[in-house]
Amino acid sequence: MNITTLVFILLSVMAVGSAAMMIASKSPVHSVLWLIVVFFAISGHYILLNAQFLAIVNIIVYAGAIMVLFLFVVMLMNLNAETEPIKNYRLQLIGIISGGTLLLIILSAIMKIDVEQLVEMKTGNEGLIKSLGLNLFKNYVLPFEISSVLFLSAMIGAVVIGKKDEAVENKK
Amino acid sequence: MMLLTIDIGLVIEKLILIVVVISASLVIAMYTTFAERKVAAILQDRRGPNRAGPFGLLQPLADGLKLFFKEEIIPNFSSKFLFILGPALAMMTAMMTSAVIPWGNKIELFGRNINLQIADINIGILYVFGVVSLGVYGIMIGSWASNNKFSLLGGLRAASQIISYELAMGISMIALLMVTGTLSLKEMVVQQQAGHWNVIYQPLGFLIFLICAFAECNRTPFDLPEAENELIGGYHTEYSSMKLGFFLFAEYINMFISSVIMATLFFGGYDMPFVNESLLSPNIAALVGIAALMAKAICFIFLFMWVRWTIPRFRYDQLMHLGWRILIPLALFNMLVTGGVILYFK
Repeated sequence: MNITTLVFILLSVMAVGSAAMMIASKSPVHSVLWLIVVFFAISGHYILLNAQFLAIVNIIVYAGAIMVLFLFVVMLMNLNAETEPIKNYRLQLIGIISGGTLLLIILSAIMKIDVEQLVEMKTGNEGLIKSLGLNLFKNYVLPFEISSVLFLSAMIGAVVIGKKDEAVENKK
Repeated sequence: MMLLTIDIGLVIEKLILIVVVISASLVIAMYTTFAERKVAAILQDRRGPNRAGPFGLLQPLADGLKLFFKEEIIPNFSSKFLFILGPALAMMTAMMTSAVIPWGNKIELFGRNINLQIADINIGILYVFGVVSLGVYGIMIGSWASNNKFSLLGGLRAASQIISYELAMGISMIALLMVTGTLSLKEMVVQQQAGHWNVIYQPLGFLIFLICAFAECNRTPFDLPEAENELIGGYHTEYSSMKLGFFLFAEYINMFISSVIMATLFFGGYDMPFVNESLLSPNIAALVGIAALMAKAICFIFLFMWVRWTIPRFRYDQLMHLGWRILIPLALFNMLVTGGVILYFK
């Protein structure tokens, strides 16, 4: 039991606990805030695995950008428990079954993990920015470029959808 | 038990460094509020605060005491925890960036080599960017927890401004990274000490970064989040007492920290121009370095104030137009030219 394992356990408790709180809390804004705590805990795990770049990008992209947009939407819609429609019984059952099967798959995968390798502090340089960049631009350059074209087309699509109303209004 | 395998001396050293850095930035931010009022007074041909203490030097303490003694009001229907979390987060994200700034080179005390940087991580600049992107949460949580439509709208106004200018800031940083080839702030300073300051290679990038820093700190001409004369006060409408003070004070800390970051990235950090630091003894060299960094930061803080009392505020659509249609294409162009030049000379 060294200090990194202790940190790992703390972070795991934090991640699982806040994920549970995210589902349990009634106000959607609180759910979003708990989800941000989960992202922070996961970034901590990345740092324990010596993947600093991944950790900080996880915070910049997910906690810093995507969750801000989530918060924007949730705050403006002013959702609360009273106005939330209650989903019918059949939908709830289907949700439980599909969620449960996913849980089984993840559990069976976790069971096979060698417990000794939970923390790899300061070992290996796979997660560092240099080896990541070399890997992306040498070994995986084609998939990388294809995914960037995909992102670009998604961005253009978003702009087109946003512009649509304006064009219709101008015609009137 | 193998819990205690870490070096206790290192932990104590870092703790002392954190306390010194945090308290120094608090004191500097405190006197920046005083300096702001004095600079405003000089620019407007007035005397400024001169009653509390000699030359009015105790004015920031008096302001702080006034804020502490004011009645504290928490709106009835708001979430109390989030209402307090808002200003606390604003303060915390303002202070967190100081962890990766190299404040000087090594000093020798009690036979130990102490590195004057809290954490020399190899992703330093990305860490800065990550903390900046978290700065929005203090404002958004505070404005939502106020349970007031106008606060919420003010919070959204502030948040969309910060998000818009983060993009151009990030792209101008990418061009800088292409020049330096490193993400560590310490290494950047070492490079600039040996060669030239980065502002020579990246003048346009520096200009974009400077404008974005003004917008991120909510300083005039981008102070729309608290445009109290033509719009309503903004995200802190419902706040009173020291919680309001935290929001306002965080702005001054942000100003100081971003001045230091600009000095580090573009103006050589703790490098004193025309002085060869390696000839001096390490402790004196470190002190000279700290003095140089502080002098550069003070120049930037003065620039912040000078602009505030000279240029009027933008309209909101002008703000968005400048951010999205001018600064981002300009930053992309800068990145393209930088890449082309680097490729040509390679």
